[in-house]
Amino acid sequence: MKFWRTPLDVERLKVPRGEVHIIKDRCKGCGFCVEYCPRGALEMSDEFNAKGYHPPRITDETLCVSCNLCEMLCPEFAIFCVLKEEPEPGEEKKVEG
Amino acid sequence: MRADAPAKPAIEHPMESLLRMDRIPHIWCPTCGIGTAVTAFASALEENEIPLDSVSVVSGIGCTGRVAGYMKLDSYHTTHGRAVPFAVGLHLAKPSLKVVVFSGDGDLAGIGGNHFIHTARRNVDITVICVNNFLYAMTGGQVAATTPVSANTSTSPYGNFEQPFNLPLLAQSCGAVYVARWTALHIRRMTKAFGEALNKKGFSFVEVIAPCSTLYARRNRLGTGLDLMKFYHDNSEIRHGADPNDLNIGFQEKIICGKFVDIEKPTFLDSMNECYGKSLGEKYEIYEGAAHA
Repeated sequence: MKFWRTPLDVERLKVPRGEVHIIKDRCKGCGFCVEYCPRGALEMSDEFNAKGYHPPRITDETLCVSCNLCEMLCPEFAIFCVLKEEPEPGEEKKVEG
Repeated sequence: MRADAPAKPAIEHPMESLLRMDRIPHIWCPTCGIGTAVTAFASALEENEIPLDSVSVVSGIGCTGRVAGYMKLDSYHTTHGRAVPFAVGLHLAKPSLKVVVFSGDGDLAGIGGNHFIHTARRNVDITVICVNNFLYAMTGGQVAATTPVSANTSTSPYGNFEQPFNLPLLAQSCGAVYVARWTALHIRRMTKAFGEALNKKGFSFVEVIAPCSTLYARRNRLGTGLDLMKFYHDNSEIRHGADPNDLNIGFQEKIICGKFVDIEKPTFLDSMNECYGKSLGEKYEIYEGAAHA
């Protein structure tokens, strides 16, 4: 992560980890979650759901920081994220940009 | 649960406790903004820890009128334009109830415009959430009281030439104590505004600008609702406390969002109790709801 000035407590801070759940058959493929995910963790997939729409797909699970923006924007109640309680030690240092 | 309903995921969606899941998936088109407003409303109920028994949702007719059917709360789906008078009756029978009118611009400002202005004038303690998609969507995209000048609708094929309502100005000038406007993209601010409106004593009004992909965007060749969301992102300006006179929305012009009015005024019941209490003295029993409610 880029900092303008390194925070004093950067060692103690942990980047939260989220787990994205997509209810594919409820999705209508509007693309709000893909467009507005601040971490770019989602993309539209080529697969069809039961209604013939393209649901989103997770590009990289480690990118999600559980901001819940996709959950709040989704007009179909088809995506949500759950905060992962304990990230593996050292994992947060891998996050960049 | 329907027979062909998809298999449930291991964890439930957090909104499921607030929605009538047997009616989901809802009827709203892909990229419609109403679902987002419903999520924000449900989040506002949860964040403010409002007991669900004390909330009731009233809707009129229209796309947004379906909200009452999808929320797992006490709700009522009224006739076209009559959501506000029904809500006033509900509130007066049981003032402890938080009555929320969740309806569209055609229902509240068009068909039910008169009810809206008089309820705002009397400062009845209800919350009105108006999802504005600039036309009558469910009936086929007819020109509404909020359609911007020059916008194409099914009854204005050469562009609309009528001046639209400026809803925050209408609400403020009629006497609303809380007036805010957000677009469907401002989800967190919208959630906060819903919370403030729910806790506000008096007539509180929140306008939500929402994309209509099938009618408004298609007829005006604006792409999909996602393109309208991108338009809101680039062309909305937050100006808290702005003069409501400046809040007109032109066709594809800047949308000014924010909280415009937040004042204190005696509500309808306060004024009634005060007036009768003064005139009738001890003979008058302060009204706090119907005996049977």
